[in-house]
Amino acid sequence: MKKSVQIKKGVQVKKEGAQMKKPVFIVSAVLLLLVFVLGTLLYKSEKLDQSAKMAEQNQSFLAREHAPRLGPAEAKVHLVEFFDPACGTCREFYPLVKDLMKANRDKIRLSLRYAPFHAGSDNVVRILEAARKQGKFWQTLEAVLASQPRWAPNHKAELELLWPQLGNLGLDLERVRRDMYAPEIESVITQDLADAKALNVTMTPEFFVNGRPLPSFGYEQLKKLVDDAVATAYR
Amino acid sequence: MNTIEPKGRDPSPDGAWTLVFLAWLIASASTLSALFLSQVMDIAPCVLCWYQRIFMFPLVFVLPAGLFPFDARIVRYAFPLTVAGWMIALFHVLVVAGVIPENVSPCAQGIPCKDQQIEWFGFLTIPLLSLIAFSVIGLLLLSTYFKVSK
Repeated sequence: MKKSVQIKKGVQVKKEGAQMKKPVFIVSAVLLLLVFVLGTLLYKSEKLDQSAKMAEQNQSFLAREHAPRLGPAEAKVHLVEFFDPACGTCREFYPLVKDLMKANRDKIRLSLRYAPFHAGSDNVVRILEAARKQGKFWQTLEAVLASQPRWAPNHKAELELLWPQLGNLGLDLERVRRDMYAPEIESVITQDLADAKALNVTMTPEFFVNGRPLPSFGYEQLKKLVDDAVATAYR
Repeated sequence: MNTIEPKGRDPSPDGAWTLVFLAWLIASASTLSALFLSQVMDIAPCVLCWYQRIFMFPLVFVLPAGLFPFDARIVRYAFPLTVAGWMIALFHVLVVAGVIPENVSPCAQGIPCKDQQIEWFGFLTIPLLSLIAFSVIGLLLLSTYFKVSK
């Protein structure tokens, strides 16, 4: 008899307690989630502000006259790619970037900047710049990228393997060998690496669309950034 | 018989309830913070962070099961998770401090566990926050146990 009464009492106490406790629990859970959601929104909007501010600051490092470029100078969307001729992802992105250029003809211009992070790839950049003096930059770039697996085994650029790949381009290879160590080419590489550092480019390829970096790496993100920029510039 | 039953059916578990509730609050805050760091701030969790998450996240759902209605046996179920998480957090803190060299820790590949993206006030790193959270949850669960078994 006594025991059952006690248990009943216990249940009653528990019930009264629960009436207080449940709301406390639910309100806490809702508050926690609310803080999470508000924090997320606040963080995202702050980041967006930052990237807009960054875009303005970036322009001074991005607008360099010396960079090889493609597309009309009056195009309002400026795509800047930092690339490494020995980088496999840069090779894969080359046709994609070309498609992007084609899809937005007359609205977009491309500047290529060098970020030779791989061992020995600064020499490949020298060859590209020397070929540019002969007006054969883009052909040479395409040949270099196409044959990349053959001259950059183990991600290391080896010039002896690269030279044979450049035979059919009509390049004066003797002149290339002479020109590639010219001081103006040296200064281009130094300038590009300094700008890459200032822009916090640590991996290649890295893209900037009107000064804005990719929110995260990927072709879809690049395409969206370009499409948005074109839509804004040509409303 | 008599020894186990009263523990589970403490007639006035208010103090103990609050302790478990506080443990749940800390576990939930820690879980949401971890999700904020990885999903919102895009800081990728390293291997050791994942192991700590494995023991922290379930507490958010296990602890309330002992709150409604209050059941002190929740301590038995939640404490092993807490201890396991606490030990990994301690290991992580020691890796960050350099006491344990990185190459004997399981983070040689991928995201290095030694690199710290966040250091509040110059010393408060993510693994240290995790260690503090697991410690407080453990202490709360222990005091729940002693309060109820009295």
